[in-house]
Amino acid sequence: MADPVPLLIMGAGPAGLAAAQEAVAAGVGALLLDEQPTGGGQIYRALGEASGERQKTLGADYAAGAPLLGVLSDQGLDHQPGATVWEVTPEGSVYYTREGQARAVSAEQLILCSGALERPMPFPGWTLPGVMTCGAAQILLKGAGVFPARGAVLAGSGPLLLLLAKQLIGAGARLVAVVDTTPADNYRAALMHLPKALRTPGYLLKGLSMIRTLSASGVPWYRGASGLEAIGDDAVAALRFKVRGRQHEVVCGNLFLHQGVVPNVQLSRSLGLEHRWDELQRCWRPSLDDWGASDLERVAVAGDGAGIMGARAAEAHGRLAALGALKRLGVLSENERDRRAAGPRGVYRREILPRPFLDRLYQPHPDYLHPADDTIVCRCEEVTAGQIRKYVELGCLGPNQAKAFGRSGMGPCQGRVCGLSVSEIIAQARGVPLEEVGYYRIRPPIKPVTLGELATLEQPEDA
Amino acid sequence: MVSGSNFHRLPEPEHKGLTMTFDGRTIEARGGDSVAAALIAAGVTETRTTPVSGAARGPYCMMGVCFECLMEIDGVQNVQGCMVQVREGMSVRSMAGARTVSDAGNTHGG
Repeated sequence: MADPVPLLIMGAGPAGLAAAQEAVAAGVGALLLDEQPTGGGQIYRALGEASGERQKTLGADYAAGAPLLGVLSDQGLDHQPGATVWEVTPEGSVYYTREGQARAVSAEQLILCSGALERPMPFPGWTLPGVMTCGAAQILLKGAGVFPARGAVLAGSGPLLLLLAKQLIGAGARLVAVVDTTPADNYRAALMHLPKALRTPGYLLKGLSMIRTLSASGVPWYRGASGLEAIGDDAVAALRFKVRGRQHEVVCGNLFLHQGVVPNVQLSRSLGLEHRWDELQRCWRPSLDDWGASDLERVAVAGDGAGIMGARAAEAHGRLAALGALKRLGVLSENERDRRAAGPRGVYRREILPRPFLDRLYQPHPDYLHPADDTIVCRCEEVTAGQIRKYVELGCLGPNQAKAFGRSGMGPCQGRVCGLSVSEIIAQARGVPLEEVGYYRIRPPIKPVTLGELATLEQPEDA
Repeated sequence: MVSGSNFHRLPEPEHKGLTMTFDGRTIEARGGDSVAAALIAAGVTETRTTPVSGAARGPYCMMGVCFECLMEIDGVQNVQGCMVQVREGMSVRSMAGARTVSDAGNTHGG
């Protein structure tokens, strides 16, 4: 393995790009590995190549990422797109595959910026072809300028549901319906967090604008929906649901689901970092200090991977994590670190003010945390919620034991999609807090790597 | 089925047209498309059957997380279609169940 690089950043979303900017500004050569073909993460996906038409459709918050992208072409940064990281060690070794070739690199400081993924929304029929996430619809729009012009239903809860509706309506799509599953109780429960949220009112004003667009569009908007069921043989053909006890059915060719996003903890878990349960966001997040630093001296986590915070907060958080790493590298003095951190610290604090309100308002409906017995929760191995409950009856205590009972979490996605569902179902069935049940133990390789790729890995000289 | 796609493209004449095949059928794509995006745009919903029950599946997350869009791309099985960009003349096939070991090309990455 070659000499260690001083700073290695994984993920080129807002946190990773901002961290790279801070490294370049401090004169430190950083390596930025990203799995996607172009930088920007999912939020600013393909922004560097997006046409005017695409930018117009996606709106100002998408175009706002442009100043971050400049660093990708800076001489001081080694940006490697299309790099799939499959192992990171606590000692700072990173193994990845790029262009069919396995590579190894070591770093003195690592910043994990692996972002968020969609929270699973299991209900009968959610595995049918034609059912996708709202994030997937946005990726189609950002990456390919493709959108569902007719026959689409949007279902679930959260800001992205409304944002996508607004963007698709703007693109000229004729949506069949928006089926909102936000429980009515959530509005009341979220109120106590409203005063704090109003101190950074931008998010709420944007939300109101989305609601106005959707209301004015004439698209049927069902609120308080529950008991979702997707119907179809080889593809989704309709969505059934209940509103105030009354059964509805809407015919659709595509169904886009959303119930918030959760941190992608695959890398931080594989490193054995401590994670704690966040009751308000109902997800796990790594335990970090004010600089995103973990209990491993070489490893920091920044952005949504550290806890859902949104793009602007993630950008500021990425700066703070980079400044912390530059201090640990001995590049910045404590005073200089703190001086450079003053701006981003203020942005971060301001941008996370609306989170408790949004997190409480959009807490998932219990139907999709504890789905009906016949619902597939592990899509890869086709394990149902009822099977998980049966394992608990037989003495299964947690998700790692559940693997041995019925292979949940052992398919190609390695538990990324079912992990939260399996833990929630076991906790409820056992009647214990989620912390006691825990999460899948994540082990490398965290992405599949072929023996052929492994054979291309250069052996370290001292091995 | 191509003409029956529910999906449209934004008016972006500047994007270069590319051609690939899916299970022998010609698919029109554009530069920058992932394989999964090009198939969805062309009206394809089902891209594999599962190894467990043989149920039909299609792309789900489009960001490399869910592994639902596994397909055979230029002879390599179980490739995530959302993570590979379309190249001119690419040959893509749906996956039926698990990958097989007899096919040539399996030991090479995408």
